[in-house]
Amino acid sequence: MNVAMSMLGAAVAQNIFFYVIALIMVAAALRVVTTNNIVHAALYLVVVLAGVAAQFILLGAEFVGVTQVLVYIGAVIVLFLFGIMLTRAKVGSEDRLNHDNVWPAIMTACLLAVVMAYATIDFARGEEIDILSGNSTTVEQVSDSIFSIYIVAFEAISVLLLAALIGAIVVARKE
Amino acid sequence: MSFFLAAEAGGPTITAEGWFLENVYIIPLIMAISFATILFFGKRMPRGGSEVGIAAVGVCFLLALITAGQWIGQVNRADSCTINPEDQHVICDGIDVTEAEKAAAAGDPVSTFGDGEFAAGATGFTAFAAEEDGEKQHPGVKAAVSQRTWWSNGGIDFTVGTMVDGLTVTLLVVVTLISSLVHIYSTDYVAGDRRYTHFFAFLSLFTAAMLFFVTSENTLQMIVGWELVGVCSFALIGHWWEDQDNSDAALKAFLTNRVGDMGLLIGMIVLFFASGETWSIIGINEAAISGETSHTLLLIGSLCLIAAVMSKSGQFFLHTWLPDAMAGPTPVSALIHAATMVVAGIYLVARLYGVFFEGLSISGSSLNALALVGGLTTLVGASLAFVQDDIKKVLAYSTISQLGYMAMALGVGAWTAAIFHLFTHAFFKALLFLGAGSVSHAVHSFDMKKDMGGMRKFMPTTYKTFLIGSIALAGLPPLAGFWSKDEILVGTGGWGFFEGESHANGAYTVMLIMGMITAAMTAAYMTRVMYLTFFGEFRGGHHDDHVHDEDHAHDEAAEVDHAHAVAHHDDDSHDDHHGHHGEPHESGPRILWPLRILAFLAVVVGFLNLPKGFLGLPKSILQRFEHFVEPVGVSYFPGISHGDPSWSLAIVSTIVVSLAVGVAYRYYFVTVNRQSPAATEMVNGPTERFPLLKAGHTMLKNRYYLDHIYDGGEPVGAAGATAVATIFGAAAGLALGFSLDNGLDQDFVPSLIWGVVLGVTVFTIVSLALRTGVGVASFVKGRLAWAANWSHEHLIDGTVDTIGETSVKSANFVYRYIDQGVIDGTVNAAGAGSSGAGDELRRWSTGQVQQYATVMFAGATLLAGLLIIVI
Amino acid sequence: MYLVQFLLLSSILFCIGVYGVLARRNAVLVLMSIELILNSVNINLIAFGRFNGATIPAEVFSLFIIAVAAAEVGVGLALVLTIYRNRKSIDLHEVDLLKG
Repeated sequence: MNVAMSMLGAAVAQNIFFYVIALIMVAAALRVVTTNNIVHAALYLVVVLAGVAAQFILLGAEFVGVTQVLVYIGAVIVLFLFGIMLTRAKVGSEDRLNHDNVWPAIMTACLLAVVMAYATIDFARGEEIDILSGNSTTVEQVSDSIFSIYIVAFEAISVLLLAALIGAIVVARKE
Repeated sequence: MSFFLAAEAGGPTITAEGWFLENVYIIPLIMAISFATILFFGKRMPRGGSEVGIAAVGVCFLLALITAGQWIGQVNRADSCTINPEDQHVICDGIDVTEAEKAAAAGDPVSTFGDGEFAAGATGFTAFAAEEDGEKQHPGVKAAVSQRTWWSNGGIDFTVGTMVDGLTVTLLVVVTLISSLVHIYSTDYVAGDRRYTHFFAFLSLFTAAMLFFVTSENTLQMIVGWELVGVCSFALIGHWWEDQDNSDAALKAFLTNRVGDMGLLIGMIVLFFASGETWSIIGINEAAISGETSHTLLLIGSLCLIAAVMSKSGQFFLHTWLPDAMAGPTPVSALIHAATMVVAGIYLVARLYGVFFEGLSISGSSLNALALVGGLTTLVGASLAFVQDDIKKVLAYSTISQLGYMAMALGVGAWTAAIFHLFTHAFFKALLFLGAGSVSHAVHSFDMKKDMGGMRKFMPTTYKTFLIGSIALAGLPPLAGFWSKDEILVGTGGWGFFEGESHANGAYTVMLIMGMITAAMTAAYMTRVMYLTFFGEFRGGHHDDHVHDEDHAHDEAAEVDHAHAVAHHDDDSHDDHHGHHGEPHESGPRILWPLRILAFLAVVVGFLNLPKGFLGLPKSILQRFEHFVEPVGVSYFPGISHGDPSWSLAIVSTIVVSLAVGVAYRYYFVTVNRQSPAATEMVNGPTERFPLLKAGHTMLKNRYYLDHIYDGGEPVGAAGATAVATIFGAAAGLALGFSLDNGLDQDFVPSLIWGVVLGVTVFTIVSLALRTGVGVASFVKGRLAWAANWSHEHLIDGTVDTIGETSVKSANFVYRYIDQGVIDGTVNAAGAGSSGAGDELRRWSTGQVQQYATVMFAGATLLAGLLIIVI
Repeated sequence: MYLVQFLLLSSILFCIGVYGVLARRNAVLVLMSIELILNSVNINLIAFGRFNGATIPAEVFSLFIIAVAAAEVGVGLALVLTIYRNRKSIDLHEVDLLKG
């Protein structure tokens, strides 16, 4: 009885967490694509990425969540800020950040949203995820599978990263 | 006395074991690594990468020898085993090997081939045992197979692996040995070449491909290896591709091979389904031999594969690429077009012998397509070798002829004889090619009539080795060629004379006669080559670059010679020490030592398979090759028969060969030489005096008009080409007819008619395929254009004139009203419409990537939505 | 908890990202929107992995996606810098060499 109650409580808590985080994420994401200040956009992006990390942890994927924080918030955002700086965008608000074709873009995005929502709901209505019972995966399990069955993909990724590194240097350097 | 003693397939066996037998993949792998190394790093090495190639191929040769040694050890192990007569289990050193292997197979499903059932079945094993003349019974030795599943699909495993048995180790040793000698030879021969590194890289790749091919465990691997050697052949024939003729020759070789490759693909697929969906060579053979397979499917499969053999092994009528392939460097000709690649077709038949044996009913009493193709090829090749002035082309046709010998031997069921001939032929033909290369190296030409003669004085070592090679090829005892040729003649059934004797294979007496005639011709044309090259007076020394241009029109040899000269253009040191006008010199040691080694082998390898009961010698030194190579008593090899060696046959064939040598000797060494030591042919000789001989000579000079049929050629040859096409079509039809008669047990006459129709059709398709492939341009220029022109002038023009006059009047009317009014109006409207549409659409093309992306996303979304709704 | 919650969240983020890619004229903002898209895919992956009990492969591949995204940002910003250096602007509206 007590256990069932606490389980129920946990489930409710999780749902509350999910919706709160999701709401914040969607709002921040909307600000990313609508704000007239590029630096603000980058900061809103941080909020979205942190929300994604929180969702990962909620889903029991702690390691991916931590990686998300490290890579995205730690590195990628810094990279974006450098990019904004180097291209000398105005730090304050700017008028012409949006295209002429805002309305076609909005329509396309809405159409896409409708199609995806329909497909998702049609497929997954009523399907439950059992988050409470399953243990979250450990770093050991993840690393074991990366370095055994997914070793080829891992190697490919490392080569890709190297290629991207070299490519970025080649593209961006001055002649 | 029973003449033919059949060995039954599927007796008790042991499986060969040994580290090198199971890990033979190392050998092709080394060569593949060598290829990559030379290709990427060769140019930076002190010797341009050749040192890598030589080291790799040397190591491979050693490994091949060790592998062969292990195989011999396994056969000897089988000899020491006995068979328990009750349960047919093999007992070695007191251990029941059959049980042990069964247990091992149960624990390790990878290596099972159902040996348990076959060992236990063992019906009719007594016949096999009887072959050993009442000796103790010994088990057969199964090939060492190691394989991995590459991927599975639909319940079918696609495996990769190796299979090693006597046949494989024979080829391993031959390929690596010839290849290493050719590597060493090439360091001198192509020294200073522009693409020296490239050349060695492709020698390595070729060796790797051939080794991969011969160690294949399944037919898919065989296809891969087969195509790889084809590609290497293409690359090496076209080594001096700056010369249009060389690249044409490479293209011709490749395209002709493609025709056969279609047969290979179809044949392999047919066999895959015929044998219950397996790619395994052993599985296919077992299925064919067990009799569960549809005979018609086997027949179709083997006929398709014969098409592949015809192209790759230069069998008549797809042999025309092989002489042209002489455009490549001579070491390549020796390695690829004499000793190894062209025997791939023979190897294919030998490897899948169960299929051919059952499909073509080789053990039956009638002719079959393989034997007939082989027999015709020997004759065609040998006759064409007579009229060539280019020493390499003589050897090329000789190769064709000898390959025909092997195919014929396989066609009559003399498997071991064919493989033994493959083995000995590799040595003496490589020797002859390398010898020819040595001569041409000295005189910068391949033309025997213009640039050679009297070379004996200048190049004593080359002369001696070449002489040994010629005698071996001619088949005079006791050199290698004699033993293998004699075995093939024995294999045809001996003096059967159309079912005269008690044994069944009377029909193969035709093959015996063909073989005899070819032997005589071979001896005669080799005598001619010897005279023209090494005797008489030196006719060269006038060589300079103008010769090429003057003779270009009528002498193909000059092209090859030019190619060679080009190769040495940028090599000043070479020209200094040979000189264009001085006397030729003997070649250097890196050319002579391979010749000496091959000459030694050409003398001795024949003794590896002395016939049964020869001079009362002990059994332990007779029939060694057969003993170690022929897979007796295993479930994947048919029970082939062995003819008894016959003294009379050997003596008669030797007399025939000697007579041919004598006649040719008298003609060249006496008659021609008396006219003038520099003469090459008799003035007013028999070919000029007798019209029939002259016609025959013209036909041979035109290579039976086959190239005319394939390429278009000049209109002059049209009549001859048509006649020859008909004859060849009928001949091919006969072959097919015989096989169908044999295979389908139909009435003789209907199957013959069907065969002729089929043959003509096949021949037409092949020639059309070749024509469109080889040269659309020459095709248009050729006889078709001539015929089109004729019909154009006589038929169409007349009609057109009449129609024209009447139509001019009506046309005026039409022009004025319909054309100007209706049609022009329509056209203008259409033009204006599309121009306007273009203007409209142009606005969409804004260059705004995001606009494009919007359209793309919207389109994709719509499609996705459609998909969701529909599903 | 329902699977559909996560899927819908990820769809919404994806669509917002698509809108950003299509409508923003600053190249850096376009890159940020691409990051939104990639992250939404990751949520999808992890949620499905949890749902199917295949958590390990899902996590491994979302890690790979993060790595690829990092590479993508690196190369993308390098391209943006090059465009900026050549045109003194990263306004995608002015990058219209494809104009017909």
